[in-house]
Amino acid sequence: MNQKYKTYLVGYGFLLPWLIGLFGLYLGPIVASFYLSFTSYDLFNPPKWIGADNYVNMFRDDYRLKDSIIVTFKYVFFSVPLRLAFALFLAILLNQKLRFLGMYRTIYYIPSLLGGSVAISILWKQVFDKTGLFNQGLSFLGIEGPSWISDPAYAIFSLVGLSVWQFGAVMIIFLAGLKQVPTELYEAATVDGAGAIRKFIRITLPLLTPVIFFNLVITLIQSFQTFTKAFIISNGSGGPINSTLLYSLYLYIKGFSFLEMGYASAMAWILLFIIAIFTGLLFLTSRYWVYYSDGGR
Amino acid sequence: MKGIASIKYMVLHAFILGFGLMMLYPVLWLISSSFKPTILIFSEQGLWPSRTTLEHYWNGWFGLRNIEFSRFFINSLIICLIAIVGTVLSSSMAAFAFARVDFPLKKLWFAIMLGTIMLPGHVTLIPQYIIFHQIGWVDTFLPLTVPKFVAEAFYVFLIVQFIRGIPKELDESAKIDGCGPVTLYWRIIMPLCAPALITTAIFTFMGTWDDFFSQLIYLSDISKFTVPLGLRLFLDSSGDSNWGAVFAMSVLSIVPSLIVFFAGQKYFVDGISTTGLKG
Repeated sequence: MNQKYKTYLVGYGFLLPWLIGLFGLYLGPIVASFYLSFTSYDLFNPPKWIGADNYVNMFRDDYRLKDSIIVTFKYVFFSVPLRLAFALFLAILLNQKLRFLGMYRTIYYIPSLLGGSVAISILWKQVFDKTGLFNQGLSFLGIEGPSWISDPAYAIFSLVGLSVWQFGAVMIIFLAGLKQVPTELYEAATVDGAGAIRKFIRITLPLLTPVIFFNLVITLIQSFQTFTKAFIISNGSGGPINSTLLYSLYLYIKGFSFLEMGYASAMAWILLFIIAIFTGLLFLTSRYWVYYSDGGR
Repeated sequence: MKGIASIKYMVLHAFILGFGLMMLYPVLWLISSSFKPTILIFSEQGLWPSRTTLEHYWNGWFGLRNIEFSRFFINSLIICLIAIVGTVLSSSMAAFAFARVDFPLKKLWFAIMLGTIMLPGHVTLIPQYIIFHQIGWVDTFLPLTVPKFVAEAFYVFLIVQFIRGIPKELDESAKIDGCGPVTLYWRIIMPLCAPALITTAIFTFMGTWDDFFSQLIYLSDISKFTVPLGLRLFLDSSGDSNWGAVFAMSVLSIVPSLIVFFAGQKYFVDGISTTGLKG
């Protein structure tokens, strides 16, 4: 056999497991999911074609879905900026020539490491209980906190709090970005008499925009898909009164509790659509606010 | 002048440490509470228990009828180990192809692969479940392990980036010495990629250990439950009546992640800073 074709064979040989996965677990299911979203399917009887009914019902009759979308938007719009701001603040704090930096970085990373676990969601139920740790802390300041978990007005904020608490990974990426900022720039600015705040706004922030953009996109996509926290804190119900019914949780309830798999597929496509719009907007606006020092490749 | 500077540093250190401990306070409280007698958990202020007991650990471990927590740990460990082997092997194979072999459509496949990283799992979730249901894999470990053998895009990308840093001359000299592609992959590239492979293994462990959603939909028989499912079951069955035991089992459930994290800390931080995606 020709040497060239032999190389091709080697290439595809090594790629084979991934290709099987691509077609078997991604492309095939994507097509199937799109088809199912136009059917009524309960896993045991064959899918029945119902046209766009799922999509129509979603926006006409399903009030729980409406609640769920509002709750999810609330969660995303509070948790994403707060997590990023918090992570950036701590990254700047740690981005100094300090001893024990490794230890500090470890301490600050631990919440991020554990935050996605069931154990921490259980703990969080306690922390934000009427008599929990958080309100105990508030009472030191003379504030009487509400029952965060069981009051529908506040329940979502216990989830936002847990999400912001998991700032570690974002912080480490910011730290890596801050290390890339050339120190000469700061030195020159100091010579010119710029203060700390001015240096931050004029040098650090612009040079960090690519990292901010990256973190924003990743955190946004993740946040729209949050599940475990809401499931554990609300005992799988999304309550009280749908106040923690994140989109993923409602999709799970529809698909796996009610076995409305066609409807759940349609929901998945709407979620994809929502995420695509938001990431698309971020990419579109990025050229107005993201600064690439190499002129964007 | 020097004195002022060092006081400034002391204040800074105190602030960083104090703030960090404040962040960790809930976790420390969890650990401390799991050792306190029930009546003290919610009445005693502060972290240091005035009296300690191991009864919550005992009660929790044997707290469910017909099943011990050890079963959940064994199940989780089995799934994690298979997942690590599968992910590291298949992802590194794909990465080797992308980074070192020339074949038609390579750029297209690579672009598609990067695209799948951004794709939310929900879109493929239901058909995947239906497939596994049809072939009778639901309520076995197979849906949680077999898909790990078809490479995960994120890790392929991570390893590709790493292989690109290995000098190509190495490949050339290996070929002159009569190395075939398989030997090149297994004997030369793999050992040199060790840091990226370890990072992949660590992330896979963390991701699989805490993958509550997949375990929830695919496992229903209690004897096959993993640690997160066992913990949730235990929370449901003992609930508010036995917080001590729930806390004790919660502490145990995060111990493996902490061990892996501290053992592989360096790889962890490097992995996040270079690719930034997980966590």
